[in-house]
Amino acid sequence: MKRIALVGMPNTGKSTLFNRLTGAHARVGNWPGVTVDLASARLPVGPHLAELVDLPGLYDLHGFSDDEMVVRHFVESTRVDAVAVVLNASQIDRQLALALQVRALGIPAMVFLNMSDEARRFGVEIDAGRLSAGLGLPVAAVSARFGTGVPEAMARLAKVLDDAPAPREASIREALAEDHRREEEIESLVKSAVVIPERLSEQASDRIDRVVLHPWLGLPLFFLAMLAVFQAVFLLSTPLQDGLREIFDAVRSAALEPLLAPAPEVLRGFLLDGVWAGLSTVGAFVPVIVVFFFFLAAVEDSGYLSRAAFLTDSLMARLGLDGRSFVMLIMGFGCNVPALMGTRVMRDRAMRLLSMLTIPLSLCSARLQVFVFLAAAMFSPARAPWVLFGLYLASFASVIVTALVFRRRFASREPFVIELPPYRLPTLRQVWMRGWLEVKHFLRRATTFIFVGVIAVWLLTHLPAGAAPAGPDTWAGWIGHALQPVLGPLGIDDKLAVALIFGFVAKEIVIGAFAVIYGAEGNALAASLAHSMDWVAATSFMLFTLIYTPCLSTVATLRSESRSLSFTALAVAWPLALAWAASFAFYQGMRALGF
Amino acid sequence: MPDRKPLSRLAPGQSGVISAIEGPEGLRLRLAALGFRAGRAVLLVRQASLRGPLHVRLGMTDVALRPADAGGITIRPVAPSAA
Repeated sequence: MKRIALVGMPNTGKSTLFNRLTGAHARVGNWPGVTVDLASARLPVGPHLAELVDLPGLYDLHGFSDDEMVVRHFVESTRVDAVAVVLNASQIDRQLALALQVRALGIPAMVFLNMSDEARRFGVEIDAGRLSAGLGLPVAAVSARFGTGVPEAMARLAKVLDDAPAPREASIREALAEDHRREEEIESLVKSAVVIPERLSEQASDRIDRVVLHPWLGLPLFFLAMLAVFQAVFLLSTPLQDGLREIFDAVRSAALEPLLAPAPEVLRGFLLDGVWAGLSTVGAFVPVIVVFFFFLAAVEDSGYLSRAAFLTDSLMARLGLDGRSFVMLIMGFGCNVPALMGTRVMRDRAMRLLSMLTIPLSLCSARLQVFVFLAAAMFSPARAPWVLFGLYLASFASVIVTALVFRRRFASREPFVIELPPYRLPTLRQVWMRGWLEVKHFLRRATTFIFVGVIAVWLLTHLPAGAAPAGPDTWAGWIGHALQPVLGPLGIDDKLAVALIFGFVAKEIVIGAFAVIYGAEGNALAASLAHSMDWVAATSFMLFTLIYTPCLSTVATLRSESRSLSFTALAVAWPLALAWAASFAFYQGMRALGF
Repeated sequence: MPDRKPLSRLAPGQSGVISAIEGPEGLRLRLAALGFRAGRAVLLVRQASLRGPLHVRLGMTDVALRPADAGGITIRPVAPSAA
């Protein structure tokens, strides 16, 4: 099988071309020594079966950014039969440099002039034949968005593979030694094959930018846009989630329960409340991931995401972050899992890890359910909304504290120099593919982890056999009791500690866990909670729940996205410490004040 | 001849010609790949509020960069254009 690497600068539509060529067959996988996931797919290229690998966008094969090092490492350590270089046709005058660098590697290569439709609209004309002759590489004009020119280009690529010698490892440092002559060559190539209008400006984007990037209007518009996307994501995914939950429940009560009726009690409980509940937990995330990535793909493709970075950079730079992390933080208030996956748009690993450390502190919708219930149980209707508001403030404060504490440890080495691409209408195809790929990725990477976690918690709360579920005689009860020296000073008693163990799986089930632990539901549960603690203890518990270990799906995502166990450990341990400190300060402070 | 000054000191709407680019290698490579070269014309389109990044146009490419990263780019300003 032949291996083809897809290389191009950011904003050239490289991934769009990849999706166009491979359809929905792509899989995201790890490659030896590479710190990011690379999408790859098998496809026929003429008579050859080829594996096409979508490498991260890069500006320069010499570069020092994480992505540039990934590409360099990949090209040097993996046998590549051919390189497909994707260039943005309207920026050909500067992007040719990359084609020349690839040519210097000595690997058979071919140039895809993408966005040739857009270039024509801007008045850029390219003579592909002349360019190809001057460059010494085949050149094909394509539009990845609309598919024009793609079949012809693939036929040409097949010929490149026909003639390709057996692959060998390339050494980039050696191959690119004589860089200085490149500029002259680009100039002469552009002179002979390209017509660029004298004064280039894209009128439509300019007009939009005048409003969207306005000195005073820009930021409020950004917040409005975020709010709208946020609302839309959860408006659309909540009914889907509810529907899915009903299906899971229906299957359970209509098929599984009767089927397992003859099984011994322990086995039945294990299969239903352990295994099936684990499946449902994973399933519940699917709608929100799909919908979130539909919107993220649309925002990304439109060109607005880099504008968001431009607008919020001066605020976020002080925290060691930029506007893209801000977008993900906001999305984290809906659900941390897709927001963590979305940090992939940030190309600098240090900044990405710092964002991933802060996102789990966003008060997600699952935590909100717990707080709404507890606030209603413990506070008067007039006070409860203020408690919720205070928790949102605490969430922001813990994000800021975390960023400030770890800003130096995860200092971004990359200069903030980004392109502001012209606005483009996202295509449905691209948006759909993105959502679908991300769900596949999540299911493949996170399922086992979540599954094992759910089952472990079930075992903790049901063993040894014979003990009342989640009662003081179960292992969870013992742990809750053993933790009293640590949790007692926060006003968190044995029973609440067991609820926190459940909360580790998913915050949605904390209320359900209360029902099991206190043996009451609804108003009766609210009453017995109000009876067993005062508002100081309840608020301390909510603060702890807000900040401590994110849910199991979030931990699974942290692990699969960072691909680092030590980072995941930090992302679990730090919030625990912060939660303890915050609750301790609150609880003891209030008690000291006489409440 | 007008004074040379860093790109970060241009006024919005003002353009100039790059005369020199200095800075760490990683930054220079990135700037070069985005089209920053001595002799090229640049237009400072706008600056984000709160002394945020600069929005700069070079030919067909619009770039956002922090004033600190733009400090090493020396510009020979030309008279503000009517546009």
